[in-house]
Amino acid sequence: MPDNVKIDVHHITRVEGHGNIKVDVKNGELVECRLEIVEAPRFFEAMIKGRTYKEASLITSRICGICSAGHVLASLAATEDAFNIKISEQEKLLRCLLNTGQHFESHVLHIYFLAIPDFVGAKSVLPLVNTHKDVVVQAIKLKKLGHEIGDMIGGRLIHPTATNVKAMTMVPEPGVLEEIIVRLEDAKQELKSSIPLLKSLKLPDYERETEYISLYKKGEYTFLEGDIYSSDSGEISRKDYLDVTNEYLCDHSTAKRTKHKRESYMVGALARFNNNSQWLSPDAKQTAVDLGLKAPCYNSYLNTVAQFVELVHLADEGIKAASALLNKDVKLEDDSFPLKAGQGVGAVEVPRGILFHDYTYDDKGILQRSNCIIPTGQNFQNIENDFRKLVPEIIDKSQDEIRLLLEMMVRAYDPCISCSAHILDIEFINSRSTTV
Amino acid sequence: MAKPKVAFFDFASCEGCQLSAIDLAPEQMLDLLNVVDIVEFREAISEKAAKYDIALIEGSITRDCDVPRLQDIRNRSKVLVAFGACAHTGGINALKNFQKKEDYQKAVYPTDPLKYETTVTRAISEVVQVDAFIPGCPINTMEFVRIVKNLVLGKRPDIPDYSVCVECKKNENICVYEKGMHCLGPVIRAGCDAKCPSNGGYCYGCRGTVTKPNLHAQKDVMQKYNLTFDQMTDQFKLFLQRNREVFKNAG
Ligand code: SF4
Ligand code: SF4
Ligand code: SF4
Repeated sequence: MPDNVKIDVHHITRVEGHGNIKVDVKNGELVECRLEIVEAPRFFEAMIKGRTYKEASLITSRICGICSAGHVLASLAATEDAFNIKISEQEKLLRCLLNTGQHFESHVLHIYFLAIPDFVGAKSVLPLVNTHKDVVVQAIKLKKLGHEIGDMIGGRLIHPTATNVKAMTMVPEPGVLEEIIVRLEDAKQELKSSIPLLKSLKLPDYERETEYISLYKKGEYTFLEGDIYSSDSGEISRKDYLDVTNEYLCDHSTAKRTKHKRESYMVGALARFNNNSQWLSPDAKQTAVDLGLKAPCYNSYLNTVAQFVELVHLADEGIKAASALLNKDVKLEDDSFPLKAGQGVGAVEVPRGILFHDYTYDDKGILQRSNCIIPTGQNFQNIENDFRKLVPEIIDKSQDEIRLLLEMMVRAYDPCISCSAHILDIEFINSRSTTV
Repeated sequence: MAKPKVAFFDFASCEGCQLSAIDLAPEQMLDLLNVVDIVEFREAISEKAAKYDIALIEGSITRDCDVPRLQDIRNRSKVLVAFGACAHTGGINALKNFQKKEDYQKAVYPTDPLKYETTVTRAISEVVQVDAFIPGCPINTMEFVRIVKNLVLGKRPDIPDYSVCVECKKNENICVYEKGMHCLGPVIRAGCDAKCPSNGGYCYGCRGTVTKPNLHAQKDVMQKYNLTFDQMTDQFKLFLQRNREVFKNAG
């Protein structure tokens, strides 16, 4: 190991949001290794204070463009919990479709546009237009399908307009549902044709076991319902989410961090896969086998592969939901309910992991207090802990390789830093040689 | 002739406008890439260039430390575009301006309220000269392509300057005022095909007001339906805190 290595990546690229990586090795010892979050805080929890229950999801949707539907779903769930509202089967199915749409958009963007360029040695997806045109075209189509489902069900590609407490203000025509089924069937074929490409990617060899936290509902690979599950301590009631997250501020980040049983925990596709893979759809299970992904998996880089497996599952779920809706007489439902003062917690799985919204309303339905805990904030410390384990293992590699492996690690988590507070330009300063 | 260099930059935002910009069908995306060279897009590209023909700025300015970065981009760009509501009107980020700084800092970071720098949220045009804007939260993908093409050809961006009501009526919607709700449609700039009222909601003003909003007419509509002007101004708060016209006449 060289005695002194200093890595300083300012604004990591190909992630959502702004962040920096800092690594400092002095006299052969790792003295500093961290991920700094430098995004401007936007104060959402303060902004929704004093607004009505109708506006809560409209405002919090704007926390993040990529998981806007997820913020809306968590927000609605928190509001409905506070007012004791039970949603109908139709509403559940519509939300399930919205969830499939947002994961498609987000996972495809991450897998094909942000992560794959690293494996083929490209700086972005743009050069791939010349070298791997068919893959790029396929990726654009798959990603767009996510937005199109968002548009058909939610009323707009992002920041849905039709979502509403208790019942959507717009319902799809049968033709739309039929189209969604056809498109998802096609998407499954397209995904299948990508398996050889995914298999050919050489993922870094690395392992570190950590605590995996996700939503949990027995018998279901759940995204929208259920309680919390920790791979260390088992089931935890949704209402007790604060016991899991234990948020704290750290000096080098505008995002809050969390810890539960250990120094850090992981949320996201790999955590969901590790906790719930037994309930994946048969085709998704087969995809996992084809890609060599087995639970429990302790290689954080494989989060990207878990996302791919989830795409197959979500396509199946979407087809199921759309078919069930086709068998129903889908119509606009009553969205009235009695207001009452109360507190409610919404917990949903968004592409990057479990998301909590917690609202307290007065008896007029005005928000008094709120708390939103986003998945990326929950992952930061775990990324840093991965760095700590990884850096000594790769310290003999060239600076370019180290930089790339660190950036790839951050990108594997698919961090969406704009939610919280942005990531990686890596600049290496080696005190014995010149700046690279 | 070299293709014009287009770059994306983001400040305080949800990055949804950048996402919407790339929501194109493969042919459309390849078509756009034939006309322009995307040189900076931190979210999707790892390379950086020095000068830009068109800089698309997403997000609002919420920290003084972001001002020099924005000024530097301005100095390196021929045409600078406020891209999306956050940049154009201050957007949802300006909602915090209705609260005292100490209050919102304390609400979000109770243990250490002064830890992170923050100032009054500003639209991009309040900090540097802006040559064009693309409205909406999020922007509309096809409108984005149209405006970028306009700019590449040196034309004035082609954006409607009539109200959302015009599109709403064309869509044959029942006006939400008839349903006892209120809507900012009469003074808000069309171009979204009256998205929200058409999907069972109401317009909350994400595209900003038309050039000459007729607030008196809006007041009359509100009165006709027994709604108070305050109810409407309250709605304006969501996306239009920086709009002097609205908040001057509102009182
Ligand atoms: S205008 Fe809306 S969609 Fe665009 S960046 Fe701002 S919050 Fe996101
Ligand atoms: S619903 Fe809104 S946009 Fe439509 S006509 Fe009525 S006021 Fe205008
Ligand atoms: S209807 Fe109003 S709020 Fe909705 S997209 Fe159009 S301008 Fe924005």
